[in-house]
Amino acid sequence: MSRFSTLTAILTVVVAILALWYAGSVLMNRAWVMDQAARAGEEPGLTEIIAATMTQDRARLPAPHQVAAELYDGIFDKRITSRRSLVYHGLITLEATMYGFLLGIVVGVSLAVLIVLSRLADLALMPWAIISQTIPVVALAPMIVVLTNALGAGSLMVPKAIIAGYLSFFPVLVSMVKGLRSPDQMQLDLLRTYGASRSQTFWKLRLPASLPYFFASLKIAVAAALVGAIVGELPTGAIAGLGARMLIGSQFGEPMIMWAALFAAAILAALLIWGVTGIERAAVRMMGGRRA
Amino acid sequence: MRHSPSRLLQIGLPLGFGLLVLLLWQLAVQGFDIPPAILPAPTAIAARFAASTDILWIDFVQTVLKGALTGLALGVLAGLAAAILIDRSPFLKRGLLPVANFVAALPIVGIAPIMVMWFGFDWQSKAAVVVVMVFFPILVNTLAGLQASSRMQQDLMRTYSASYLQTLVKLRLPAAMPFIFNGLKISATLALIGAIVAEYFGSPTRGMGFRISTEVGRLGIDMVWAEIAVSALSGTVLYGLVALIERAVTFWHPSQRRG
Repeated sequence: MSRFSTLTAILTVVVAILALWYAGSVLMNRAWVMDQAARAGEEPGLTEIIAATMTQDRARLPAPHQVAAELYDGIFDKRITSRRSLVYHGLITLEATMYGFLLGIVVGVSLAVLIVLSRLADLALMPWAIISQTIPVVALAPMIVVLTNALGAGSLMVPKAIIAGYLSFFPVLVSMVKGLRSPDQMQLDLLRTYGASRSQTFWKLRLPASLPYFFASLKIAVAAALVGAIVGELPTGAIAGLGARMLIGSQFGEPMIMWAALFAAAILAALLIWGVTGIERAAVRMMGGRRA
Repeated sequence: MRHSPSRLLQIGLPLGFGLLVLLLWQLAVQGFDIPPAILPAPTAIAARFAASTDILWIDFVQTVLKGALTGLALGVLAGLAAAILIDRSPFLKRGLLPVANFVAALPIVGIAPIMVMWFGFDWQSKAAVVVVMVFFPILVNTLAGLQASSRMQQDLMRTYSASYLQTLVKLRLPAAMPFIFNGLKISATLALIGAIVAEYFGSPTRGMGFRISTEVGRLGIDMVWAEIAVSALSGTVLYGLVALIERAVTFWHPSQRRG
């Protein structure tokens, strides 16, 4: 029963948002319609105005069905190799996201291990990990491009992946530090009574204990990696990818391209989070554990 | 048992690590003769920083004070207000929370070109991007925080015959503060990213994002690093301020207790 009413509530909210969106597009596109009509010397009626606000190619706020149509067209009606295909651009952004995600996991986990094992690393590195996230990565992005170019990286994939990794390592780091420290004193004492060495304690107690925390952080990390990949496409002069698509739409004054790219990015984010949640569930079930 | 290290060590070690990185950077640039068009030495960046404080200040005002902070303030207020309103209706809460949680995970930076189209090139569009970006983390965290006070505590307020507003102000909002500050910390870092990203989609001839993209084109890499230094400082100070206020407001919370 409660599941059903939750669904009703969510649907109500979604319908309300769509209604507000339609109302918004009528209000925001009205001026242009009135202007066109005045130039043509016409006096459009209310229904004509409303109809005209939802068919503009360069609407200030395109109606939901226009965006849906553009999305459908970009995803299903274009060949994947076409430059107008959202799948083509989405895959490029996805590739950078995945590289960045992997990079973020590797860096995040290694730093966490270092920080948990070494008091010195904890004191010296942890503040910088926090500071690294307060530095806006968009400002650093062009420099990452310049540096990776100088080091011989031919494509834009490397800097994009680094930017994505820069944003995604932090949630992994924080969760892993928490997870590796989650065994309580009693469990640590037990292992000591077994005469376990430091490395045995790490492999047999700390690491398994940290896994639920690890998987819980992946969802945040993958969303952050996607933001990084998109942001990485903006100042790097990329011509392919969802971020580049937004830039092109903005430069050529084509709102539909921007809206379609925005929603394509949202769909990609949803798919990624959904996939990672699936992996998390499977892993937790395999280990017979509970979610953190 | 681990005992907490001295204050000196807590500040000295990270500082020392930072200085070590700068030193290695300086030595690498000089040792390998790296051209300044690729990576300028820290001393060169410091010199550029000192020489162009006027431009850096103009960009700082445009991007940080006008764009990021205005947007942050408006977004936080809107998020708080929305959370308190939604909290009154269980039905809305049930429907909106999953949606808001979902939206909070989306790449909202993508609305930047749309906001620039709606609000023009100046700081208003940057503030608008920041408002939308920070709204959802604040909303989600505040809603979670408003659940933080226990049934028992709320019943106690009722036996005092406290009104809804009194319970809200004296019990539920204070209990929600640790959550709200979590949202604020996320928002503080998002605000700068949003304000700078929006400048890549069009800006007047000032602002940190504008300066960075034009100086990269002119190979004024030392100026770019000076801007990065400003953005890093602003980001860190903003975050530090939030953390300081948090310590003052939520002094009672276990995570803030010391000693």
